[in-house]
Amino acid sequence: MTARVRALETILVGKGLVDPAAIDAIVETYETKTGPRNGAHVVAKAWTDPGFAAWLKTDATAAIASLGYTGRQGEHMRAVFNTESVHNLVVCTLCSCYPWSVLGLPPVWYKSPPYRSRAVMDPRSVLAEFGLGLPADTSIRVWDSTAELRYLVIPQRPVGTDDLDAEALAALVTRDSMIGTGLARSAGKS
Amino acid sequence: MNGPQDLGGQMGFGLVAPEIDEPVFHATWEKRALGLTLCAGALGKWTIDESRHARESLHPADYYASSYYEIWTKALEALLLRHGFITAADLAAQRAVDPAAGSMRILTAGNVAATLARGGPCDRPMAAPPLFAAGDRVRTRRTNPSGHTRLPRYARDCVGVIEAVHGGFVFPDTNAHGAGEAQEYVYTVAFTGEELWGETASSGLTVSIDAWESYLVPA
Repeated sequence: MTARVRALETILVGKGLVDPAAIDAIVETYETKTGPRNGAHVVAKAWTDPGFAAWLKTDATAAIASLGYTGRQGEHMRAVFNTESVHNLVVCTLCSCYPWSVLGLPPVWYKSPPYRSRAVMDPRSVLAEFGLGLPADTSIRVWDSTAELRYLVIPQRPVGTDDLDAEALAALVTRDSMIGTGLARSAGKS
Repeated sequence: MNGPQDLGGQMGFGLVAPEIDEPVFHATWEKRALGLTLCAGALGKWTIDESRHARESLHPADYYASSYYEIWTKALEALLLRHGFITAADLAAQRAVDPAAGSMRILTAGNVAATLARGGPCDRPMAAPPLFAAGDRVRTRRTNPSGHTRLPRYARDCVGVIEAVHGGFVFPDTNAHGAGEAQEYVYTVAFTGEELWGETASSGLTVSIDAWESYLVPA
């Protein structure tokens, strides 16, 4: 694929249709500026600011934009909150829809057939493959991103974190916990 | 279309393979493929719906044998050929042998940040009120369109409940084919596991899709 993509870039640059420096800027954006730290900031703010959490429930797009996270593949956001009895899981069975503005680019497994085929039918087995076993009486709510809404899971705040500030809490929020294939880390564990 | 992309409920693909400390890209060509796809999209000659349809129109054997950025690259070549930006002779020569079709306003490095921050909102105003309200029971249509659709096969001809009404959005089934935005209301529709998968469905499972209004009829 290296040669094929290089040839395509050569053709498009040769025709004046693509600025190679624009490609560099796009890559830099998704390698260094837009990633799961954005989402972790949103989650930690929701854990520490009830007003923000309420806003996130009613208008996630605006609430998230207030923290500076906007744009491509985050234009229409919805936040879904885990509870004691309901665990949320996000998938795109039809392609790879994912909230880029808060999580960055999706991991390979999210875009691959095993996850896309099974998350809607057999989510408990999928979660087990991530090492996540949920209580048998926990309901699983799967969100198939078939339109232009992009979903962010708000994991439950770990117990024993009352004395942590938002910055310390954000460090507990993993990417997978915001997709639903994991939980937030416990305090004191790295 | 009932294409290779419509994966919900298919079997035989094996276990999910989470990767510890996964890098954003696994090869340099993946970076260029992403950038090329976004730069070419910014030329403004096709929509995100058309690009999705180009990807799912790969032969199923090719789709399943390709990594995700391979799928993107193959679809990008098809889109560029279809819209006259490149020719088969260019691809064969691996350089621009045919002249450019004309000068275009292109995405420059200086505009990348603003362009990505702006994104491409696809909500649209609606003149008429929505047909359905939260709590309504609806049935998804039994349909097998040959063109692009965002109604997955596993959720066709199933009864669910409207959970949320989201306003008007560009309709991919027309927009992917250059037939207009034809905006419709989008709804989150929730189904029980049993409704989708039968009596052996895992207990306590609810699955929702986001469905355009014309995918739905009253139940």
